[in-house]
Amino acid sequence: MKSYEFGLYVFMLAAFLGFELVKRVSPLLHTPLMSLSNAISAIAVVGAILITGQKDATTLTHVLGFIAVICATLNVVAGYLITDRMLKMFRKREPDKK
Amino acid sequence: MIENVLPGIYLLASVGFILAVKWMNNPATARRGVIIGEIGMLLAVIGTLLRPEVVEYRWILIGLAIGSAIGAPLAYLMPMTAVPQLTALSHAFGALASALIGTAAFYKNEVPLGFPMGALVLETLLGFLTTTASIIAFAKLQELMPTRPMTYKGQNVVSLSILAGAIVIGGWMVVSPGPAWAFPAFIALAMLFGIMLVIPIGGADMPTVIALLNSYAGVAAAAMGFVLNNQLLIIAGALNGSAGLILSIIMCKAMNRSFTNVLFGAFGQLATGAAATAAQRPVRSATPDEAAAILDSARSVIVIPGYGMAVAQAQHKIRELYDALTKRGIDVKFAIHPVAGRMPGHMNVLLAEADIPYDRLLEMDEINGDFPNTDVALVIGANDVVNPLARTDKTSPIYGTPILDADRAHTVMVIKRSMSPGFAGIDNELYYMNNTLMLFGDAKNFVAGIVKELAGSH
Repeated sequence: MKSYEFGLYVFMLAAFLGFELVKRVSPLLHTPLMSLSNAISAIAVVGAILITGQKDATTLTHVLGFIAVICATLNVVAGYLITDRMLKMFRKREPDKK
Repeated sequence: MIENVLPGIYLLASVGFILAVKWMNNPATARRGVIIGEIGMLLAVIGTLLRPEVVEYRWILIGLAIGSAIGAPLAYLMPMTAVPQLTALSHAFGALASALIGTAAFYKNEVPLGFPMGALVLETLLGFLTTTASIIAFAKLQELMPTRPMTYKGQNVVSLSILAGAIVIGGWMVVSPGPAWAFPAFIALAMLFGIMLVIPIGGADMPTVIALLNSYAGVAAAAMGFVLNNQLLIIAGALNGSAGLILSIIMCKAMNRSFTNVLFGAFGQLATGAAATAAQRPVRSATPDEAAAILDSARSVIVIPGYGMAVAQAQHKIRELYDALTKRGIDVKFAIHPVAGRMPGHMNVLLAEADIPYDRLLEMDEINGDFPNTDVALVIGANDVVNPLARTDKTSPIYGTPILDADRAHTVMVIKRSMSPGFAGIDNELYYMNNTLMLFGDAKNFVAGIVKELAGSH
């Protein structure tokens, strides 16, 4: 099996899994869900590191890779932190008074 | 040795992402989900840095530091009402990263024609168009640009021709190494299409568009996985792609519209004619002390927040009202329409910020049956989502849209700045009903007025 055929199977299974998992998320948490999945899509940081870190890369590759590392990291950090900041606010009724 | 460990690290990172999405289904486990997602991302980064082909670390580490230094304050300093903008901006950066990596891979001339090049074309197309589209969405949400849909004659033809041009050049690059101008032209068309895609979208359709852009960013990352032959990218991208897609489908259903209608329909423009013909009809209005008296004698109240609440920043005053009423033994619930606000779940986040317990926030299907037994429905900054015309008037553009049945409550009170029609540009039948009281004023000030009355009368 060619590597991209294997990749297509992985993609198909992961997409179905994503559908099944997200369908169960209550509308209450749709905003945090979106910022979380936004942070996960910043997995592009992996590609950015691979491109930037290779030896015998051209200047163009270096510059593009460097900008990509910044953008993807920004996306990771902002995505996770804002998700956590939002989720911290969700409380049930009558939290035990200290 | 290290080559044997690396696939394990990537596998664990994938598990982290899957659990992160899974644990989002419940507020009790959601924060755990964020932590496991962060661990997954950390593993992915470490696993990549350790790969033998990564030899040059300086620029990577500087990039990681700069990205964190900008991202962290952005996430902490933005007010909660700005979450939709921040999400749009974050999409833009993630998509730009995918697009630039695709570009770098293209100019390395190592990507073979055929399937791998096809994946690269898809990655750069979605990457660049999501970047510009997200920037326009950000500008509209931040009100740097008019939030009204901007339309002109033949708009759809122009937009679709641009997309077709990009696809033709992209298809050409898949089968043959075209001329030097092909790739820059392809990028330019992709970016232009991104702009054209969002310019005609109005504020109320933003939830669908943001969800859709989220999905594109995910698919771009997955396509990158095919270019780089990296399964972790494919899994994370596919998870995100399907999450964004399913959210935008939910948003479309909540508006009773199709994707094509949202993207190419320019809804706000169609209906303006109907609004102009609406005659001046009598309405009943009330002052804060009258409203306070009605609420005081009620046993059950359902609050229906909309985007107007976010604009007026009224959520903290609403919390005070909630406290005052709950103290009197009045049952207060919140009815949240799926598309209320500017992104999916927007209202829930704002009310949670104001410390309103989340088990009081009910979605449409859960709460609609309660309205006939409710004394007061208090509408704050919502309009089209409570318009009974959606049930009755077959000629109305919003006919068939699922709405909150506020009109079935014994008394309806609507806080609104003026009688101007909502986003859909349609007169709201709810305002003219015999059991409706219009409370004219700024949402925050009006609610503050009611709270003051309630405090005084006790």
